[in-house]
Amino acid sequence: MGNRSNPDAIPLGWWLLLLIVSISMMGLTLGSEGWALGGFWEDRQLVIDIRLPRTLGAFLAGGLLGLAGALAQGLFRNPLADPYLLGSASGAGLGVAIGLIFLTGTSLAPWVLRVGVTGMAFLGAWGAVVVTLILAWGVQHTLRLLLAGVVVGVVLGACASLLVLLYPKVQGSVQAFMLGSTSFVGWHGCILMAGTLALCLTVSWLTSPVLDGLALGESTAQSLGLPVTSVRLVLVATMALCTAAAVAQTGLIAFVGLAAPHLVRSQVKAVHARTLCLSCGMGAAILGGADLLARALIAPLELPVGVLTSILGGGYMLILMRRLSKGDRSS
Amino acid sequence: MLHIQTKVARGVLHNFWLVILSAMLLCICSLATAQKIPSDAPATGAVTLIDDRGVAVKLNQKPLRVVTLLPSLGEIVCELQECDRLVGVDRYSNWPDRVKSLPKLGGLDDTHLEALVKLRPDLVLLARSSRVTQRLESLGIAVMALEPQNQVDVQRAILHIALALHLPDAQSRSELLWQKIQTRLDQVVDKIPSSARGARVYFEVGSGYFAAGEASFIGETLKRIGLINVVPLRMGSFPQVNPEFLVRSNPQIIFIAEQSATDLSRRPGWDQMQAIQENKICRISAENSDILVRSGPRMAEAAQLMLACLKRVYQ
Repeated sequence: MGNRSNPDAIPLGWWLLLLIVSISMMGLTLGSEGWALGGFWEDRQLVIDIRLPRTLGAFLAGGLLGLAGALAQGLFRNPLADPYLLGSASGAGLGVAIGLIFLTGTSLAPWVLRVGVTGMAFLGAWGAVVVTLILAWGVQHTLRLLLAGVVVGVVLGACASLLVLLYPKVQGSVQAFMLGSTSFVGWHGCILMAGTLALCLTVSWLTSPVLDGLALGESTAQSLGLPVTSVRLVLVATMALCTAAAVAQTGLIAFVGLAAPHLVRSQVKAVHARTLCLSCGMGAAILGGADLLARALIAPLELPVGVLTSILGGGYMLILMRRLSKGDRSS
Repeated sequence: MLHIQTKVARGVLHNFWLVILSAMLLCICSLATAQKIPSDAPATGAVTLIDDRGVAVKLNQKPLRVVTLLPSLGEIVCELQECDRLVGVDRYSNWPDRVKSLPKLGGLDDTHLEALVKLRPDLVLLARSSRVTQRLESLGIAVMALEPQNQVDVQRAILHIALALHLPDAQSRSELLWQKIQTRLDQVVDKIPSSARGARVYFEVGSGYFAAGEASFIGETLKRIGLINVVPLRMGSFPQVNPEFLVRSNPQIIFIAEQSATDLSRRPGWDQMQAIQENKICRISAENSDILVRSGPRMAEAAQLMLACLKRVYQ
């Protein structure tokens, strides 16, 4: 199946790499007072401690979300699928609310405080997917899985709202988490995300032939002798891991996971092994670029990057859709 | 498809060069600003304090560059006459006038980390829920979380800040400031019109029936000046109250923000309320609201504002 791949995949890969490198160059020189190449050397400690990890963090989170989005769209054979489909967004939100409310006591063990809000977001995102899987009785039925995901999302979201209502003090913090931000990513977060990305990318690469088979329909994939059910479970877990790792470090960043695979597919028709990697790179480029813009647009102030990805990503998708449908009509 | 692809590629290339060019232009225009670092910080012994997170904060040296990310904490620093040690504040800090000229570093949830670190603070005072706490600690900056919620908390925060700043006679200086606040509060309490004493009061802190309960510091001040809060202790500091509960408790005086005080009598059931019928409503302007809702050292001024209104409505 590998020889069906399109030669366009390679140039797009190079383009993305070039884009990522240039964005990181600009990201490193973009300080709190706007562009400052002159002060670069004096600020080197600042660059190493803050700018580098946050720029890298934006790429990694974007890559994770792009990969998760491509996995979701491949798994569910639905172009509307995104990484938060199985309830991880509201799960993470609930986790953060719980963390902010109950992990601030002074009587807790130090390790609990260390796990903190980030850990709670991760656990929440994971927990939501596990509950979804339990409610759907496994991964065999796509529709049941999607419905369970919606139900879990709504219920956990309502629980988070209830908690925020009972403890209005945390409202601002929970809302800030929902908007997403790359400003507070440190080296520790980068290492965690890089490890997760490496693991998930390897797993998805190895299991991608099953996704190619699934694209032909469930029964066809089974008749090809592919281990559909077990691989599906692995891929759902991979997707949940990607999403949870990104969400825990950066909060909810909308649209990257949905838009990245679409942008890749609009340029390239290839097997999943390639589109998965390209989506990962595309997600990294989108979030890295958005992070750059978020810092530059109203410097020295900063926009929440999640807001920016929604506005820009949404707008670009609309333009792309319009252009593609026009092309279809004329041909 | 190929057409779109080349178009996109050309667009990307075009934008890329444009950005690079403008970046270079900007770099030429902007000059690097030199940082002044205080090099002669005198060591006056280490201080270890337990902050409101329950974490032991160790300060080896007298902090000379302090950042506060909660308005009330900045106010305490200034009231301790150490305002010139502040090098940055959060965006809401606006009192005293001195802090208005300091760099604004965003709020608790969107602190501008890089701008903050660039100021090279040796102590950052912030709230427990702040998002930058862990990041700052990992960068080796001393962080102390203090979150005054009531008067006892304010007293403790003053003492903690005095100790953290390595003030000489920290204990007695913080005690002095606290006594000053208390004396002024007592003076206000003496002037409350006798007809207002014992009146049932509802203090709305946010639209959507968010009230300042008896447990909050606003409630403590209201109690001190002799008013009875319709939101009792057991309901918590700032609960969202049931509209029916509120109508039934029939407050005799209402404190409410100016912008949400329009058409009060048209809120369901409110036209029968004693406060509405007797027009005993204290509208809080935006600039006064900072004084009233911050749990800082200006609680006597807050009481003063309450007194002014009570005098007006009770003639």
